[in-house]
Amino acid sequence: MQNIESRDAWLTGLLPQTAGFAGPQWLDALRLEAADRVNTLHFPTMRDEDWRFSDFSLLRKTAFAVAEDAASGLTPAGIESFILPEAVASRLVFIDGVYAPQLSSTAALPQGVVAGNLMRELTAHDGAVRAHLARQAHQSDVFVALNTSHVRDGALVLIPKDTVCPVPIHLLFIATGGDAPQAIYPRCLIVAGPGSDCTLIEDYVALGPGSYCTAAVTEITVEENASVRHIRLQREARGAFHLGYGAVTLKRDSIYHANSLTFGARLSRHDLRVVQDGEGARCVLNGLALMAGRQLADTHTVIDHTVPNGKSEQLHKCIVDDGAHAVFNGKIFVRKNAQHTDAAQQSRNLLLSNKGRVDTKPQLEIFADDVKCSHGATVSQLEADEMFYLNSRGLDADAARNLLIYAFAEDIIDRIPVASLKQRLSKELSERILEHA
Amino acid sequence: MISSNSRVILEVRDLRASIGGIEILKGVNLTVRSGEVHAIMGPNGSGKSTFSKVLAGHPGYTVTRGEVIYNGKNLLDLPAEERAREGVFLAFQYPIEIPGVSNSSFLRLAYNTMQAHRGGEELDPLEFDDFIREKCKLVEMDPGFLDRSVNEGFSGGEKKRNEILQMAVLEPKLSILDETDSGLDIDALRIVASGVNKLMTPDNAMIMVTHYQRLLNYITPDFVHVMRSGRIIKTGGRELALELEARGYDWVRAEAAA
Ligand SMILES: Nc1ncnc2c1ncn2[C@@H]1O[C@H](COP(=O)(O)OP(=O)(O)OP(=O)(O)O)[C@@H](O)[C@H]1O
Ligand SMILES: [Mg+2]
Repeated sequence: MQNIESRDAWLTGLLPQTAGFAGPQWLDALRLEAADRVNTLHFPTMRDEDWRFSDFSLLRKTAFAVAEDAASGLTPAGIESFILPEAVASRLVFIDGVYAPQLSSTAALPQGVVAGNLMRELTAHDGAVRAHLARQAHQSDVFVALNTSHVRDGALVLIPKDTVCPVPIHLLFIATGGDAPQAIYPRCLIVAGPGSDCTLIEDYVALGPGSYCTAAVTEITVEENASVRHIRLQREARGAFHLGYGAVTLKRDSIYHANSLTFGARLSRHDLRVVQDGEGARCVLNGLALMAGRQLADTHTVIDHTVPNGKSEQLHKCIVDDGAHAVFNGKIFVRKNAQHTDAAQQSRNLLLSNKGRVDTKPQLEIFADDVKCSHGATVSQLEADEMFYLNSRGLDADAARNLLIYAFAEDIIDRIPVASLKQRLSKELSERILEHA
Repeated sequence: MISSNSRVILEVRDLRASIGGIEILKGVNLTVRSGEVHAIMGPNGSGKSTFSKVLAGHPGYTVTRGEVIYNGKNLLDLPAEERAREGVFLAFQYPIEIPGVSNSSFLRLAYNTMQAHRGGEELDPLEFDDFIREKCKLVEMDPGFLDRSVNEGFSGGEKKRNEILQMAVLEPKLSILDETDSGLDIDALRIVASGVNKLMTPDNAMIMVTHYQRLLNYITPDFVHVMRSGRIIKTGGRELALELEARGYDWVRAEAAA
């Protein structure tokens, strides 16, 4: 039993004040259980193996509080720059964590596809929600527990069996970034039914520069033979904190293809755990973190091959400028039973300044004996000879530098399967690079 | 024919340069006039590439003595990009690969940078496409190479051809070709050499670094220089190249020492 004195005051201060939000009783029980867990967990420090490269103590200097309920009077015009033409009618928008129906539309989704506010849809889809919500995300992670203790509005996406979703589903989480330090707890629950196919865009953006804290949890189940493309964009405000947790379960012969881009936030952490639970599943994880100033981006991924004939491919790239700090820890487990696993992991890092820092730690833990696994990590700088080659063609130092940085990042952007987003991100990338030239 | 009163494009006087504290160029002298083709030959490690890179402005080398006057300007005062904009071009012995940047967008960026400097018209991607396709014909390069990343996965010969394509696009006044012939098969050599010949005008000039007479059968040099241990130790006409091919370099050193 936990002694009340040993509780972490900052953490308990974040717990919901009221005895519960609306919703069925089982959900309340889930929240309370999570709140109890928060009380027994501690704030991660650099003494914790999984947090040893990154110092999040800055977070504790601020007392964050959940936003007042009223979603602001934003109109579609006010969020125009975030709207993707491919997803104009397949978009769910959340303002500071609160669902905004006036900004959302799902008219383009095929019959049978559920995409809506978790809080509203959960009664109609009680079975699916209860079977999957909070079943995958690691409840011993304190930020996951915090999020679960606050579960209310969120994105629920259910793709029925054999349904192909022809348009990407855009889950847009907008932080207003006001003066008060807000805590935002986005939640996504996605179940792609057997044989289905969809593209998800999980997008964190901000309207203002304010310091707020997003602690997001996304759970995805990819059923037999289904295929999910998942684009995750962390474009939070520069002063913000972002703690994102993704848990993905892959069933037999399913495909999960993730592209994760990290541009924003002062301190950010992204945990992604992919469990290959059915034979013949395949996942591709591409990641890019572009950091400058005093930003920190910590990416922890786990790919867990538990059954035979799985395949995973991972490429994670970090670009670190100024005094920024990028961390990558990529674990791949190949369990005893997971024969004929084919896993390849690459961590490539570009360090642009002497003050910047990269910690990369690819980790393979193999318990099966007949597998094909490889991993590697590189940290490079802009090569003087490359710069000279470009200079000798008339490009000045800034232009040459930008071109080389862009070139380093380009292949990740290029793999994003939504054309307008690819274009926009590529533009955003060059702007961000220019900003720091 | 060259007359000795054509304009001096490049004047190198007693150029000394070092890298990492080691002196590589030990007093190079060279005068290049418009319309001239100069060949520089010499054994491995004699400083030919170093000389080329120092002329193009590689920041890794420190010039410790001497001067380089290019079209009346003190070339050593300018950073590499300004030398390029003023018309100095180096075709690299080992061109750099730039994965992720398409050859055509790179060429366009370089071309437009140059045009902006010369006060010429910049081209948008469509206009540039027409322009570059014409240039490709000059070196018989498959336009498919334009869509690939700069030099990435190009064969040795394809990289060299791409260097000459860049030369064709940038229209330099002084071209320095560092072993552009190495790695080219016989047909490619003929094609690239004829491309280079078409780019020569009475107003520009060229320095070719080579080990082989073969290239000089296609591009006729006005002067052949022998570099050894960071100095030009002998200068002659095109017949010197034949003699070097037949007799090697040792006699030149013996003669220079005498
Ligand atoms: N960074 C460096 N540090 C020390 N020595 C160097 C460096 N770069 C070049 N050198 C030396 O300078 C000398 C001249 O090299 P350079 O590349 O100019 O020769 P080269 O005449 O072009 O030879 P090749 O015919 O083989 O191309 C060589 O001995 C080389 O080892
Ligand atoms: Mg050389």
